[in-house]
Amino acid sequence: MSLLEIRNLHAMVEGKEILKGINLTINEGEIHAIMGPNGSGKSTLANVLAGRDLYQVTEGEVLYKGKNLLEMSPEERAREGIFLAFQYPVEIPGVSNTYFLKTALNEKRKHLGLPELDAADFLKLVREKMKIVDIDQSLLNRPVNEGFSGGEKKRNEIFQMAVLEPTLAILDETDSGLDIDALKAVAEGVNRLRRDDNAFIVVTHYQRLLDYIIPDFVHVLYKGQIVKSDGRELALELEEKGYDWLK
Amino acid sequence: MSDEKKQIEEITSQEYKYGFVTDIDVDELPLGLNEDIIRAISRKKNEPEFLTEWRLKAYRNWLKMEEPHWAKVKYPPIDYQTIRYYSAPKNTPKYNSLDEVDPKLLETYKKLGIPLEEQKVLAGVAVDAVFDSVSVATTFKEKLSELGIIFCSMSEAIREHPDLVRKYLGSVVPPTDNFFAALNSAVFSDGSFVYIPKGVRCPMELSTYFRINAAQTGQFERTLIVADEGSYVSYLEGCTAPMRDENQLHAAVVELVALKDAEIKYSTVQNWYPGDEEGRGGIYNFVTKRGICYDNAKISWTQVETGSAITWKYPSVILKGDNSVGEFYSVAMTNNYQQADTGTKMIHLGKNTRSTIVSKGISAGRSDNSYRGLVKVGKNATNARNYSQCDSLLIGDKCGAHTFPYIDVQNTTAQVEHEATTSKIGEDQIFYLNQRGISTEDAVSMIVNGYCREVFRELPMEFAVEAQNLLSLSLEGSVG
Repeated sequence: MSLLEIRNLHAMVEGKEILKGINLTINEGEIHAIMGPNGSGKSTLANVLAGRDLYQVTEGEVLYKGKNLLEMSPEERAREGIFLAFQYPVEIPGVSNTYFLKTALNEKRKHLGLPELDAADFLKLVREKMKIVDIDQSLLNRPVNEGFSGGEKKRNEIFQMAVLEPTLAILDETDSGLDIDALKAVAEGVNRLRRDDNAFIVVTHYQRLLDYIIPDFVHVLYKGQIVKSDGRELALELEEKGYDWLK
Repeated sequence: MSDEKKQIEEITSQEYKYGFVTDIDVDELPLGLNEDIIRAISRKKNEPEFLTEWRLKAYRNWLKMEEPHWAKVKYPPIDYQTIRYYSAPKNTPKYNSLDEVDPKLLETYKKLGIPLEEQKVLAGVAVDAVFDSVSVATTFKEKLSELGIIFCSMSEAIREHPDLVRKYLGSVVPPTDNFFAALNSAVFSDGSFVYIPKGVRCPMELSTYFRINAAQTGQFERTLIVADEGSYVSYLEGCTAPMRDENQLHAAVVELVALKDAEIKYSTVQNWYPGDEEGRGGIYNFVTKRGICYDNAKISWTQVETGSAITWKYPSVILKGDNSVGEFYSVAMTNNYQQADTGTKMIHLGKNTRSTIVSKGISAGRSDNSYRGLVKVGKNATNARNYSQCDSLLIGDKCGAHTFPYIDVQNTTAQVEHEATTSKIGEDQIFYLNQRGISTEDAVSMIVNGYCREVFRELPMEFAVEAQNLLSLSLEGSVG
């Protein structure tokens, strides 16, 4: 059984149809890159998989671990192991990063029938995970993303991924706005989180990130449809020829 | 004249004087307000002459006053002659078991973490002899009296400590202060009286016995707290359990007196019935609360207001003494059709005085929430310092938040800072938390509690936990 199966997915936002029949299969252990020009529907796809209300699915189905994903609320999907690393992580004033993450983790643990972690145990876990992602200790006690630089926000996303250990992680243009060092740090974090039983969807505009997070498959999204799929060389070809080549 | 005839004459002349027979025996006085009713209230409570006169004087002044309407709240005209100004507290239980009580009410009690026995008392269910509230209250009082602390009902204080009452009652909020204070002074039912002797630090938080007695608070409560030189007391008012009352108008008066080097911390959690989802019914909470600080004294007001159809109150501090400090921390939440016009007044009169105002308003549903504050620095108040922060949080797009700050500074050495923010809970914030496995209800709760953190920090711990639960409960259904 594949981890994620998308069949003929059509979706719209603000009355306009963006996804026009997406078909995609993802298995455990795989990294899939989704590339495409602006407006092609990359972020829409990421948000639809995460279950954002603003995006309406008009046709098609999505099976996650054999279950109907579209029927699940966003928080259910999260507890089932889906994680979206946001392109523009939002700030949540007054809510400490640590408290928020502990609550999130415990929701997942509750869902899986595991005992919740108390503050002390959670801090121990955090210290372990900090070794995976290069994140500054001081960011942990600050309110979620408040006053974080672009790079710090993206690192915080990967740090959360490290703590929550998702089965399917969707990285929505995680590289946008990052300098080369931040990019490398983020990529390193992701690579360290790879397991045989999880999978990644890396949504990106540029090839650059894929030098560090090497995908197994590359799909090109154009005007709401996947027009080409191949191995990693496709990304390099796009880099060379540009998106116009596909039209 | 024969004895019999004399008796009849006495009785009939009594009737004539008070308009009804055997007023001593009845549990409640007829509707309406006049001097006879006031005298009857005073007599029922066995009050000394000075207090009866005090009430009457207040009433006569009240008749000359006009009801104010400058607040940003709307309500139908109040007919003061259709209010019952006295009814004896009812102690008879209404039900035999919790099974007979509205399950929704019980659900609320459970969510607030109220113990089962207390739930019974609150709901009006007969309580087993095992739960003896009287003995608990007694040990509590013994400990206090060892230290010379007086903590009793206002009625008891008037009878047992008339000199103290006479000295301070009306010294901070005179009966002529405003329309509702005048009314309260004329007809106040009961409340708390606290006196802390010189140099004594009250070892426990005082409250109207946690939750039980709060269920019997009247509509015109009068509270007076006097902290003598160098003393300290922390007082808790109210409870998180939703309170209903057939009487709609609640006009309380609270006076705090902090003498030299003393400190009073007054915390309130208010959850009076706010009316139904259509805005019908609900309590009007029109309160006058004020404290006065002498040299080096400090008064802190901390409040969490989530109930009442209309909340109209400005807990204030008169910083009369040099080096005195006033603080106001408030979370005022309105949902559905509630209205609130609340804030504070900090009056700087002495030298080197300081005041801090942190007001967090939360509006949801179709409610209207206004902050109204005054920072006044008198011309002789050298080196006055004030910091004010009033924040508004809007949930949904049908509610209102308004800010009316007044700053009146008459001395050039004053430093007054004012910050204000308005924000809303964004769909993107909720979705972010959803995507991390947190339900929308919990997400809103988390965000709102984070927003109120600064205020909750000032509450005594058990109140803080209750306040957080209360806020979450009050937000239910506000984000659809």
